[in-house]
Amino acid sequence: MHMGAENRERKRKKNGQKKGCMGRLMCYVFLIALAVVMVYPLLWMIGSSFKENNEIITSMSILPKQIRLSAFVEGWKGNGRYTYLTYFTNTFLLVVPTVFFTVFSSMLVAYGFARFRFPLKKLCFALVISTLLLPEQTLMVPRYLLFNRLGWLDSYKPMIVPAIFATYPFFIYMMIQFIRGLPRELDESARIDGCGSFGIFARIIVPLSKPAIFSVTLFQFVWRWNDFFNPLIYINSVSKYPVSLALRMSLDVADTVHWDQLMAMSLLTMLPPVLLYIFAQKYFIEGIATSGLKG
Amino acid sequence: MRQSRTGQRYKKSDYVAFLYIAPWIIGFLVFQAWPLAASFFYSFTDLSMLKSWNFVGLENFREIFTHDRIFVQSLKVTVLYVVVSVPLKLAFALLIAMLLNMKVRGIGAFKVLYYLPSILGGSVGISILWRFLFNRNGLINLMLGKLGISAVDWLGSPQNALFTISMLSVWQFGSSMVLFLAALKQIPRDLYEAAEVDGAGRVKMFFRITVPMITPIILFNIIMQMINAFQEFAAPFLITKGGPLKSTYLYGMMLYDNSFTYLKMGYSSALSWIMFAIIMALTALIFRSSEYWAFYQDGGN
Repeated sequence: MHMGAENRERKRKKNGQKKGCMGRLMCYVFLIALAVVMVYPLLWMIGSSFKENNEIITSMSILPKQIRLSAFVEGWKGNGRYTYLTYFTNTFLLVVPTVFFTVFSSMLVAYGFARFRFPLKKLCFALVISTLLLPEQTLMVPRYLLFNRLGWLDSYKPMIVPAIFATYPFFIYMMIQFIRGLPRELDESARIDGCGSFGIFARIIVPLSKPAIFSVTLFQFVWRWNDFFNPLIYINSVSKYPVSLALRMSLDVADTVHWDQLMAMSLLTMLPPVLLYIFAQKYFIEGIATSGLKG
Repeated sequence: MRQSRTGQRYKKSDYVAFLYIAPWIIGFLVFQAWPLAASFFYSFTDLSMLKSWNFVGLENFREIFTHDRIFVQSLKVTVLYVVVSVPLKLAFALLIAMLLNMKVRGIGAFKVLYYLPSILGGSVGISILWRFLFNRNGLINLMLGKLGISAVDWLGSPQNALFTISMLSVWQFGSSMVLFLAALKQIPRDLYEAAEVDGAGRVKMFFRITVPMITPIILFNIIMQMINAFQEFAAPFLITKGGPLKSTYLYGMMLYDNSFTYLKMGYSSALSWIMFAIIMALTALIFRSSEYWAFYQDGGN
């Protein structure tokens, strides 16, 4: 009876191993196939920007018959009055300050929440979290009218100023979680050495929070770079267009005529986020996993 | 002076905190709380950029619920979009996360590749790519043609267009996957080993161990994805312009049109509050229902 049970157990284990091996192989095949399916469109897009218009719509192959750069050269010229140089410059002028202020303000606020006791703290924290669920589109009209009254329309202020005032609850939350994980003993020893609360912030918290700061910077950069909705609402002059609006303009103009140029310019505008992602993927993936937030 | 729960008084140095959270207090009041209240108020007015406004009571809501056919159509396709894209995306994300959790080699590389579309997904470039992939003579139909399947009108037919747009969202399953994977890693292995000894099958283990253990993340993912899906704007705006026959005219697009094309800001505020109410109701419903399908380790607190 006892032996029988043991035998059965061993047999089951062996079976399990065999099944596990096959399962593992199937698993790999599936994962690789999926990766190919997911990335193929992107690779095809890269290839297409070197192809001729006609080749784009007749060839499934990623590799172009010959490398030609004219799509880049012609596409870069934009609408004739402004080149993509203008649009790229604009995007940086819009995105860099927004990212900088987001990081700075989120950091300060998170420090306040993570290291102090103060009246109504629970309520304030609950409000930070509940704004995560607040649809932007419900706030859109009053914000637009407010910025209109302030004379900020057709400038980058409607996007930069809210960043100064920590309006990205996701990042505040991410930072709070991170700072809470830092040992308080360091704060204490700095206090004994005569540091005030800001000294502790500047000398202890900020340097130790570098990974979180990287994550916030990267996410915010990519999201602001890709953002289409806010510039669409607030920016009117073509001279101030960021790349997202410029591409949309090219799409309307070039539709069905210059797919090669459209592909080339789409590719270029996607390059900064992709490069950042390739070089810093650890901060993206860990940032999202540890914060436990955002989809 | 207020007392904290532990009975300690707040020290003077505690109040310094308000200096640090001051940016948030101002930002919250000016850019979040006030606009929320204002749009609630506007929803009872006929506010427009073109003329002075009047208080109209519930007129906007009456109009929306009784006469606005476009509202009905838009709500219908939006709900369909949410119901198709969110579960599909999350099921996919969970499946892949479970495969990657089987200690496969090269998991890092897979993670990086699968996450890539989430980085790019919101960009105009990807919408353009999508429009081209699913064009009548785009890459997908080209491939189908090689397989001897006749071309499908992915974007031009009202039956398919919404599905094609949903696929763009599903393609970006990466961030949900990373969250699931992090949660799966927290599940103690011995739970599965114990279940195996008891002779539980894979399916049973999935429903009895995996799902209950990662419930908070499932909840979080469902709610955040639902909120995002309700607000989807760029994809339909750029790929299909809401068409054909308003079959992809998602709620976000309708709000945009009412606010900035027709400049009916009071009316669009009412519409946006209806969306907000739907989102809040669904969030509450999901939380409520989770009491029946979820078990928390600490007994539900």
